[in-house]
Amino acid sequence: MIALDDLTCAHGAHPAIRHLTGRFAPGSLTAIVGPNGAGKTTLLRAIAGLHGETTGTITRGGRIAFLPQASTLERAFPLSCADVVAMGAYAASRLFGPAADRNRIAQALATVGLSGYATRLVGTLSGGQFQRLLFARLMLQDAPILLLDEPFANLDTSTTADLMRLLHQWHHAGRTVIAVLHDTVLVEREFPQALLLARDLIAWGSTDTTLTDANLCRARDHAAAWAAGTPPLRDAA
Amino acid sequence: MIHLLVDPFSLGFMRRALAGCLALAIAGPPLGVFLVLRRMSLMSDVLQHGILPGIAVGALVGGLSVYAMGLGGVLAGIAVALLAGALSRATGAREDSQLAGVYLLALASGVALLSARPGIDLAHLLFGSVLAVDDPALYLMAGVATLVLPALALIWRPLVLESFDPDFLRAEAGSGAAIHAAFLALVVLVVVSGFTALGTLMSVGLMMLPAIAARHWGETLAAQVASAVAIAVLSVLIGLLLSYHADLPAGPAIVLTTGTFWAIGLLAGPRFSLRQRLRASTAGMPRLRAGRD
Repeated sequence: MIALDDLTCAHGAHPAIRHLTGRFAPGSLTAIVGPNGAGKTTLLRAIAGLHGETTGTITRGGRIAFLPQASTLERAFPLSCADVVAMGAYAASRLFGPAADRNRIAQALATVGLSGYATRLVGTLSGGQFQRLLFARLMLQDAPILLLDEPFANLDTSTTADLMRLLHQWHHAGRTVIAVLHDTVLVEREFPQALLLARDLIAWGSTDTTLTDANLCRARDHAAAWAAGTPPLRDAA
Repeated sequence: MIHLLVDPFSLGFMRRALAGCLALAIAGPPLGVFLVLRRMSLMSDVLQHGILPGIAVGALVGGLSVYAMGLGGVLAGIAVALLAGALSRATGAREDSQLAGVYLLALASGVALLSARPGIDLAHLLFGSVLAVDDPALYLMAGVATLVLPALALIWRPLVLESFDPDFLRAEAGSGAAIHAAFLALVVLVVVSGFTALGTLMSVGLMMLPAIAARHWGETLAAQVASAVAIAVLSVLIGLLLSYHADLPAGPAIVLTTGTFWAIGLLAGPRFSLRQRLRASTAGMPRLRAGRD
């Protein structure tokens, strides 16, 4: 479970998210959607504890595994795929603890379709293979709450389908899964819950009642008003 | 022939220089590999100039004591690294421009301060002299190496994580800033400890050049670190002999030897070399697995 109470996040003087209150139920599968600059990534980072300038409270009901946008990683760093998956065990092993079990690493690589890639350098992987690798790392983190920032950006449909299947498996195993996504068609098809954000909360609940045309239109207008420098009054939301 | 190789080291000062430089050759290159991979190569430039005012103040206050100058150098190095980072965060300027600005000022003020203290040979301070490796200087180099290697081993995992995926480390273990700061402190220690033998301008060379050359020899991180250390150790041996026989300052002699290993790697090394490129193009094949580093 994750509960937000009057959460406001800023980037310097500019609010990125205003007065957000609500909760992600335990075991829910939620997509965070909204126009560019709506504060989606900021919200996810705030929940992960990575955004410094926040007011209000965030209650986290368990350990969190965070999947950053793939573009923020240094892919030229000369690590093998097995090294990257082993990072998932860092919270347990820390500085000098035993390294992650080879079998678990091989199993995680096999699950994401990367059997035989253990010794390959990450710099030689395609974008899709790299994202599969990061999902394998998530498996080793073994956390009850998963936060994913644009997990399907720049992926082809078959990779997206494979990774989506993994998300459903984790969801069915009782984990709370929250993902920032752009593709509303994918969200309508695969995610039972959605949170529509345009710096202010537009709607939050089951996907069919959240991603209505009226709400999406309102989110667009809201974001445009912010971009034009005329922040809408809170009551308008 | 064997006399040419062995005889110089029958002299006490050559043995001290050898022992000290070998310590640096083992401690420095692993840090250099991380500097290169973290795209922080410019930081080494900044530090080699940045420590000079500290060394100068140390010399003014404590005389020509290695410890006084070393302590001043460490403080100045850390101050310069922190100042450039703070300036870029506070003003929104690019960090590399702030680093360039800070190190130029540090170099100028260092030289100005030193000129106020007669009796210091600026060339020795900048480029090193094997004759300057007295016992305190040797203890400094050996002591720093003894400290740096276990410390690097201690922060190895989070340092790799912070280099590859900083958000992941922050989410799993809180801030990565402490790891970054600890890493910089180790770099400063190594740069400062080498200044007596290699000079402030050249001691970075024994850290950076083997690391830059290692890219052509090693594929994984471990292989790059191992080849960087091997290149540095060989360069120290060959460089000191060159320095003795050709009457060159030790710093440039060692650094030039390291540069030779780099050139060999560029031309004929197993990775990203001219030879490999020629072979790929004559085979009519696109360069597979070219990597992106």
